[in-house]
Amino acid sequence: MDAHNIEANIGFTLNGDPVQVAPLPGERLSETLRERCGRRDVKIGCNAGDCGACTVLVDDEVVCACLMPAQQAAGGTVETLAGLVKTDNHAKALMERFQDHGAAQCGICTPGMMVSAVALLRADAAPNEQRVSQALAGVLCRCTGYRKIIDAVLGVPASLDDTGGVGASMRRLDGIAKVTGSEVFGDDVAPAGTLEIKVVRSPYPCAAFTFGNLDAWCAQADGIEAVLTADDIAGKNCFGVIPAFADQPVFAENVTRFRGEAVAAVVGTPDAIRRFNPNDFPVTWTERENVSDVTSAQADGAPQLHGDRAGNLMCRGFVKTGDAEAALAAADVTVEGDFTTRFVEHGYIEPEAGFAEVVDGRVEIHACTQAPVMDLEAMEIILGLDRSQIRIVPTAVGGGFGSKLDISVQPYLALAALKTGRPVRLVYSRQESMQSTTKRHPSEISLKIGAMKDGRLSGFRFVGHFNTGAYASWGPTVANRVPVHASGPYKVQDYCATADGIHTHCPPAGAFRGFGVPQSGVAQESLFDELADKLKIDALDFRILNALEDGAPTVCGQVFTQGVGAKACLEALRPAWKTERAEADAFNARSTGSVRRGVGLAAGWYGCGNTSLPNPSTIKAGIRADGTVVLHQGAMDIGQGSNTVISQIFAAALGTLATQIQLIGADTDVTPDAGKTSASRQTFVSGNAARLSGEDMRAQILRHANVSNDATLSFASGAITVSDNGKDHTIDLSNLEQDDEGYVFLSTGTYDPPTKPLDENGQGVPYAQFGYAAQLAVVEVDEALGTIKPIKFVAAHDVGKAINPMLVEGQVHGGIAQGLGMALMEEYLPGRTENLHDYLIPTIGDIPPIETLIVEVPDEHGPYGAKGLGEHVLIPTTPALLNAIKHATGVRIRSIPVTPSKLRQAIRGRSND
Amino acid sequence: MPYLAPTNFDDALRFLATCNPKIVAGCTDYFPSLAQGVIHENLLDISRIDGMRGITQTADGWRIGAATTWTDIARSALPPAFDTLKLAAIEVGSVQIQNQGTVAGNICNASPAADGVPPLLALNAQVEVGTPSGSRIVALSDFITGVRRIALAPGEIVVALHIPHIADDTTSAFLKLGSRKHLVISIAMVAAVVRVEQGTLRDVRIAVGSCSPVATRLPDLEALLTDLKVTDLDRSLFDQDKVLGQLSPITDVRGSADYRVDVVSEMCHRAILTACKGN
Repeated sequence: MDAHNIEANIGFTLNGDPVQVAPLPGERLSETLRERCGRRDVKIGCNAGDCGACTVLVDDEVVCACLMPAQQAAGGTVETLAGLVKTDNHAKALMERFQDHGAAQCGICTPGMMVSAVALLRADAAPNEQRVSQALAGVLCRCTGYRKIIDAVLGVPASLDDTGGVGASMRRLDGIAKVTGSEVFGDDVAPAGTLEIKVVRSPYPCAAFTFGNLDAWCAQADGIEAVLTADDIAGKNCFGVIPAFADQPVFAENVTRFRGEAVAAVVGTPDAIRRFNPNDFPVTWTERENVSDVTSAQADGAPQLHGDRAGNLMCRGFVKTGDAEAALAAADVTVEGDFTTRFVEHGYIEPEAGFAEVVDGRVEIHACTQAPVMDLEAMEIILGLDRSQIRIVPTAVGGGFGSKLDISVQPYLALAALKTGRPVRLVYSRQESMQSTTKRHPSEISLKIGAMKDGRLSGFRFVGHFNTGAYASWGPTVANRVPVHASGPYKVQDYCATADGIHTHCPPAGAFRGFGVPQSGVAQESLFDELADKLKIDALDFRILNALEDGAPTVCGQVFTQGVGAKACLEALRPAWKTERAEADAFNARSTGSVRRGVGLAAGWYGCGNTSLPNPSTIKAGIRADGTVVLHQGAMDIGQGSNTVISQIFAAALGTLATQIQLIGADTDVTPDAGKTSASRQTFVSGNAARLSGEDMRAQILRHANVSNDATLSFASGAITVSDNGKDHTIDLSNLEQDDEGYVFLSTGTYDPPTKPLDENGQGVPYAQFGYAAQLAVVEVDEALGTIKPIKFVAAHDVGKAINPMLVEGQVHGGIAQGLGMALMEEYLPGRTENLHDYLIPTIGDIPPIETLIVEVPDEHGPYGAKGLGEHVLIPTTPALLNAIKHATGVRIRSIPVTPSKLRQAIRGRSND
Repeated sequence: MPYLAPTNFDDALRFLATCNPKIVAGCTDYFPSLAQGVIHENLLDISRIDGMRGITQTADGWRIGAATTWTDIARSALPPAFDTLKLAAIEVGSVQIQNQGTVAGNICNASPAADGVPPLLALNAQVEVGTPSGSRIVALSDFITGVRRIALAPGEIVVALHIPHIADDTTSAFLKLGSRKHLVISIAMVAAVVRVEQGTLRDVRIAVGSCSPVATRLPDLEALLTDLKVTDLDRSLFDQDKVLGQLSPITDVRGSADYRVDVVSEMCHRAILTACKGN
């Protein structure tokens, strides 16, 4: 090789085989591997070395393939996960252990994690936890909270139960693709060379704009096939997840309302898109005055974002019961405070991505999503096409957490495919993803709570302002959910809560694990500690004294006669509360340095499913003539495990093993609507649909064999054997009539949780069930530096019935990691922290051991008693940490994140030291 | 146009003179800096040039080749004075970044938060710059002139860093403060190098990063501490405003200016105590 001038072909060994490629000068190795070598197991999350998803081995050393010019690999050896799992014994062992522990949830970071772990194990076959942490520190994970990954690499024995029934800690049914690199995410569908799309975005929070001659520009730009603007939209240039509030354009018209808002898109060859500089696009901007926080947005004379929403007020949620003011006046003690939280970015490692093509005249969109049918409905309106002309085929989702409920890449893909008639692909850059997709609402909360001397609550007044950004998205849901939940899982008789969603020129704030409840929980659980302090009552006893219980009304007047697990969760923490407080006291007594230990706790609750609105799920199943049981499972598995949990529930209802089931979907052509993956509803709502489908299927079979309900079923090739009272009946499936889909038995189950509307005071039945949680956090604070080191969490979660305890733990760990990030480090600032090195999410070294206490107070509506869990897990985490910091240092922080700078300032203010 | 990866230094200078390339090595700062649509037609990769990678002992001290990676440094057997640099090496990004990123790249990128710079300043590092008319040596403190600014003329390449001879009984430490455990841009960092002679501090060198446009030594503090007993290293010595006067921190998303001065005082104390203890 001529080392002076690596111009054309380079050669290297890829997963054991020699390859010759001709990358462009300075082409990233990640691109070469993915697009020229077909190695799509190399994932790209940031293109900046911040996330490590693209980690590969080059000459035995881990590197971020996105930071290495392909030319530097010339003459070397490159190994990726897909190759390693075929030949490397460490990788093979990790493949099993990652599945045993549920160490891969969404799976997007898994290649980076496993490749890093292989490099470690080659150097040290029996590493300790610290070495694992250091070796894997370069790979970010947003789902797992890292602890399962650490266990998998260390080889900690897993307690698996692969029988696959309800309650069994079985492996994920979709896990193998995640640990072998064969999972297909949003950017993994398109063939290399497909036309690409680049969205042109506003550089200003608010600006008027005009285009130059787009046709002329397009004609002269080499390789640009089309330009898309609002003029290309045949339907309505408007979308929104809540029809009554739909307000967001696909392409802004005349004026933009947030930095990063789309105004146009160019479609071109990969080379043309690589060379496309948005600064060369013929658009003229005139920056306008903007407002970025709720106070300035409500000020007199503030610019108005939407003409029909005076004062920039999108909507108000309201719940009132009893007389809060009178109770506060009568209270023996009161506490009050103003609390502030910031924008939080979802930070999934997979940026929004997808592929679209026109097939037989229909447009097919393959993209990462949490809500395929909602995507379909949005595209119907935008494209002006009948829904029969649109197919949504979700790819694997590399993390969602709420943001992938809204459409992102889908309209650009569809419009470009329809306009060019050719297949197209689009992947957001990390910056675009952070700029343009939804965030957790920043909040300004004022709360006052009273109590009597005996500890009983007396009056609760909550006023919250939520920055909902430029467009509604899920803002109305947040505004409505917060007043329903702001009491926490407690008995509050005199209550008044308002939550206003206020528009600003910020990115739309939408759904993020908890829909505003984590923010209100910060205020409520912090003040509960202050109340307990004032009353000189133990913080746990105070909560237990006031905890909601069966028969006591919620603040919405809803009375559960069963299933309220708040007290059980709090009681579960008592042993740890005692020992950890004692240990902290002992630690602080003997500590001579600046490190202080503290223990805090907090509780939370969350209503599963839509608030007082229908949200049915339908699950379909069929049995083929060959005996295969097929489950049409449309509940999006975004890493949380619905593919496995729904299958376990269906299998239990039918009377077979989850491992015997063939999964189909999600795909709007073949799976019925199982609703969206949000609001902790899939286990509860889709789980019930699966249960009903399984029960119906079982009943059909039993009827066919004319046997009792005690019969057991076994599915063999071409037959079902039904055993009842020691007698076997065989149903020969080949004799049965097959339907159009080839099924001899077909069943569908639909479930919609029983709720009732809320009246003008928020009284009614918002949810059929709540889940409950209580967590304890132990921290060490270095008072001289203001740094916080979480030492341990104990998390008690009432899930009604743990369908799969391993997956429950996975949710708990991941939620705690996100709550920890929100508490200690995460703050999205538009224009400032639009990458994963300025916007910090927890790394593997930031998450301490987590002890999960699964509490099972069955719910009458849940499948086998199960309750939802996804959102509940991070609601108590942030306030538990704040309470632990208070215990350690004596300072109460009411504004998150608690950065070292902020905490140190408060500590200095405390003692003037 | 080509991707230039010469193995010979003269070829590199020739390409530099004729092709106007962007100089790269580990590329860990280069790729993240790329804006959409901006493509450098020519890249000069110096990582394959003979003698550019590795650490060697010279008559005057130590030579660190420009393309030496942070992993190379972390794995090298070096005297305890280099502990500060080795500790910084394992704090640079992640293992992935340390395997690719180079020492010269870190100084040429000239970030105020460059992890490598405070230890190198404390080690009195000098920069060897290759030019068409031979090489020149410039002190690191003169080489980095501002935020993203270095004293490298067109046509020149950083060839190596030189660490002057340092006594074998010199010990050192490095402390980095960030908002999370790994993969973090420093809020502040302190490198300390010291020789303890029968309980007395000699040759004290302290450098601070992320608290001024360019990382800087603290000569007043060094002077104050020199010849003190280890047992007299009271925390209050570090509180004096004048000993931190060289710093001019900014307030940014990572921390306030006040906070930085406050914690640097504490970190300097901890770093010098740690350095005094040696390994």
